[in-house]
Amino acid sequence: MPTPAAPAAPRSNRIGLTVIDYRGGKTTLCAGCGHNAISERIVEAYFDLGIAPERVAKFSGIGCSSKSPAYFLSRSHSFNALHGRMPSVATGALLANRGLLAIGVSGDGDTASIGIGQFVHLMRRNLPMVYVIENNGVYGLTKGQFSATADVGSRLKTGVVNELPPIDTCALAIQLGASYVGRSFSGDKKQLSAMLKAAIVHRGTAMLDVVSPCVTFNDHEGSTKSYAYMKDHDAPLQELSFVPAFEDITVDYDPGSTIDVTLHDGSHLRLRKLEDGYDPSDKSRSVARLMDAQARGEVLTGVLYVDPKAPTLIDSLDVTEAPLASLPEAVTRPPREALEEIMASLR
Amino acid sequence: MSVPQPTAPQPTVAKDSARRTEPGQVVNDFSIQVATPNGSGSQSSNTVLLRAIFQMGVPVSGKNLFPSNIAGLPTWYTIRASKDGWIARKKDVDVLVAMNAETAREDVAALRPGAAVVYDAPLGLSSTRADLVWYPVPFDRVVEPVTGDAKLRKLLKNMAYVGVLARLLDVELAEVERAIVRQFARKAKAQQLNVAAARAGFEHAAALEKRDPFFVRRMDATRGKIIVDGNAAAALGALFAGVTVVTWYPITPSSSLVETLISYLKQYRIGADGKATYAVVQAEDELAAVGMAIGAGWAGARAMTATAGPGVSLMSEFAGLGYYAEIPAVIFDVQRVGPSTGLPTRTSQGDVLSTAFLSHGDTQHILLFPGSVAECFTMAGEAFDLAERFQTPVFVMTDLDLGMNNWMSDPFPYPERPLDRGKVLSREDLDRLGGFARYRDVDGDGIGWRTLPGTDHPRAAYFTRGTGHDEEAVYSEKADVFERNMERLARKLETARSSVPAPELHGGGRARVGIVAYGSSHPAVAEARDQLRRERDLDADYLRVRAYPFSREVHAFVEQHERVYVVEQNRDGQLAALLQLDLAPELAPRLRKVAHLDGLPLDARSVSDEILGMEGR
Repeated sequence: MPTPAAPAAPRSNRIGLTVIDYRGGKTTLCAGCGHNAISERIVEAYFDLGIAPERVAKFSGIGCSSKSPAYFLSRSHSFNALHGRMPSVATGALLANRGLLAIGVSGDGDTASIGIGQFVHLMRRNLPMVYVIENNGVYGLTKGQFSATADVGSRLKTGVVNELPPIDTCALAIQLGASYVGRSFSGDKKQLSAMLKAAIVHRGTAMLDVVSPCVTFNDHEGSTKSYAYMKDHDAPLQELSFVPAFEDITVDYDPGSTIDVTLHDGSHLRLRKLEDGYDPSDKSRSVARLMDAQARGEVLTGVLYVDPKAPTLIDSLDVTEAPLASLPEAVTRPPREALEEIMASLR
Repeated sequence: MSVPQPTAPQPTVAKDSARRTEPGQVVNDFSIQVATPNGSGSQSSNTVLLRAIFQMGVPVSGKNLFPSNIAGLPTWYTIRASKDGWIARKKDVDVLVAMNAETAREDVAALRPGAAVVYDAPLGLSSTRADLVWYPVPFDRVVEPVTGDAKLRKLLKNMAYVGVLARLLDVELAEVERAIVRQFARKAKAQQLNVAAARAGFEHAAALEKRDPFFVRRMDATRGKIIVDGNAAAALGALFAGVTVVTWYPITPSSSLVETLISYLKQYRIGADGKATYAVVQAEDELAAVGMAIGAGWAGARAMTATAGPGVSLMSEFAGLGYYAEIPAVIFDVQRVGPSTGLPTRTSQGDVLSTAFLSHGDTQHILLFPGSVAECFTMAGEAFDLAERFQTPVFVMTDLDLGMNNWMSDPFPYPERPLDRGKVLSREDLDRLGGFARYRDVDGDGIGWRTLPGTDHPRAAYFTRGTGHDEEAVYSEKADVFERNMERLARKLETARSSVPAPELHGGGRARVGIVAYGSSHPAVAEARDQLRRERDLDADYLRVRAYPFSREVHAFVEQHERVYVVEQNRDGQLAALLQLDLAPELAPRLRKVAHLDGLPLDARSVSDEILGMEGR
């Protein structure tokens, strides 16, 4: 692949942009917040893939996580919507312009509590977008109440213990029709980076639940969403690597130990199995394994489910290739004869 | 229906048909009400009767008064023939067709003396009153020869009453048959059975002695006219406004707006590549429906949703976001009776006040009030232009009466004005300008310039948010920044006053009494004004308001009249309340509320009686 990169540092990507072109505003989140690490991975992913930031549209709801689109990709349009309602806004935007590359960032409260209705319907529509949940189990902006992903027995600093079972957004997403579902940890740079890149090139809903500790309200002893807890309980299913379509594949792989997934644009997602027998194309067994992990107190990470060929909402609507938003009047307003014909039918 | 009704003045004899009219005859000026159980198939029969009269050149309108139910509960259909072209509901029923045992006695009790009653003979109604004209018809026996299928016979009884009425009222059987063929297009068997049933009724009625004064006579007042409901008209308006994204959640009485739109889109909006030039998504609820419309409007589509009161309530948070983040979307509110679930299948204008300020904080919206099916068409188009011009949600406030009933209208004019896509900067514009500030009022009209996502320019992007923001769309909590932005938004709505559809003045503007009304009240108010002048020599000017925020003419109308009756189909005088907010305090007492909240389409007599009462006459 020829790269018309500028000779001087900093490094340019294949479309001649530097990483600075993918950065956002300065974060206002707490120092050490997992969300900031995720923003960094997002910047890297789009930079490495050489995607023009102008083609990207960012979406979010309300909460700490939903502020983060301001901290990456300043050259992309962004829509910070209502609490729990990002899915509908993203859906509308993609109906208007199917050429947009959409990424949504939500939180566990924004998705699993107030936004569960729109979330599940987004999943079943398999809307082509990346949907990242920055999952810390608590509401940060309102100072540390539990959300619906908090585990049973998890304890707040105030001593309050969560008694209700958590909603597993990954199991839900798989069951409902999302075509790429993964779970990761904001502290696992390598896994998250590969998972994100594959999500960005995947065509369909790529739902990533990323455990992202809240250093202020939920990083203490007794929390199940803390850095320490993740270090002890992270159970990766695979070792991930991503080979973009624009790179020639030179590295061979052993089909016995590695699953190779060819994505929509010809990129490859390589999953070197760390757990024998896990098949990320098997819906029902993936869900069963997730339930089993929860019962055992493991946090199963990796690519949980992927189907690169599943039809998306845009496919099922059979809309024209050009963005609907930019169709000229000659196309969108039927001619005079059409109105005359209709009027005649009403006489 | 069991609404207490005062005795109406005797209808005058039709002058323009006088040549063929005997003394005592009432020609082309009466109402028919058909009472049936819901789901019994009477809708087709009533449409056939309506069309047959229409095809005879007589102005006609039809109204379906139906329950929130699939089958069994009582339903009424009223048809009004009016040589003078009045199309509002007529308060008095002149000819009742009583097919529903459940309501027959009540329906008969509500009639004024001299009314005619065609009824299913086993109901045995004729003993209940001596001052009515009775036509018992044994409908089961009449349709017996038509088919051996008992289930079909039950449906065909309804077409038999059309035949009976045709004979009694002099509706030409050939026109009835033509209307049947049209109604059951491409269903040969249904056509044949229904024609047979209508003929059976027509033949049976030959034996009835005509003792009522009501007649239909051919005239030439419907040539070139169409019959359409307001939901279909609004759908057509959206179609010809180039709508591209439609998101919705089914709710009575708005569902047929989108369903009709879908069928037209399939027919007229498939591109050269065989693919749709539109997208329709049935959302999971109204929150998502409006959220999608807002998302699509943000990304540059002509986006709409349609709903009714409960849906509007759910949309309130997004309405505020659309207002504050300045995003175009068109929302059709086909109003029904609230509060809460209310009377889902009855009509009202009860959402006006809450929608004008829908959402928390200082939020204000543009509302349009179509007063006819033709305006459902034209205002749908204007709504998209205004939404994009003002970068804000625009609500088209129709109602069940306008939306779901059949109205006679002139054909809709093809929109001659090109679409107004508002202030959008292209990549070339940005090259020229070097950049832009999304919320800067560069033109002094309160409206900034926007870019669409996907615009291929490094300075095109901005951050859309419902949080406080400065001119550059950057998060800000600064007091002066917030205040300036809110003042600009107010300025934008001020600009809108002169851009929204102007009010329509009826009368010379010199009367002491004024009437203000809007939306589906128009036909009744126009007729009431005529009644006041003809019957009581009371001259009233009438201003039909067509949009909110009000243009200056609306305020001036109040200034120019001593007493202004604001006629509305709600309890609290919601438009009057909006008007009071705008008016100088000393003008506010001039407003008198004429409220209707029974869920029935407004009729002229109720309006004129109430105004006369308040005038002390």
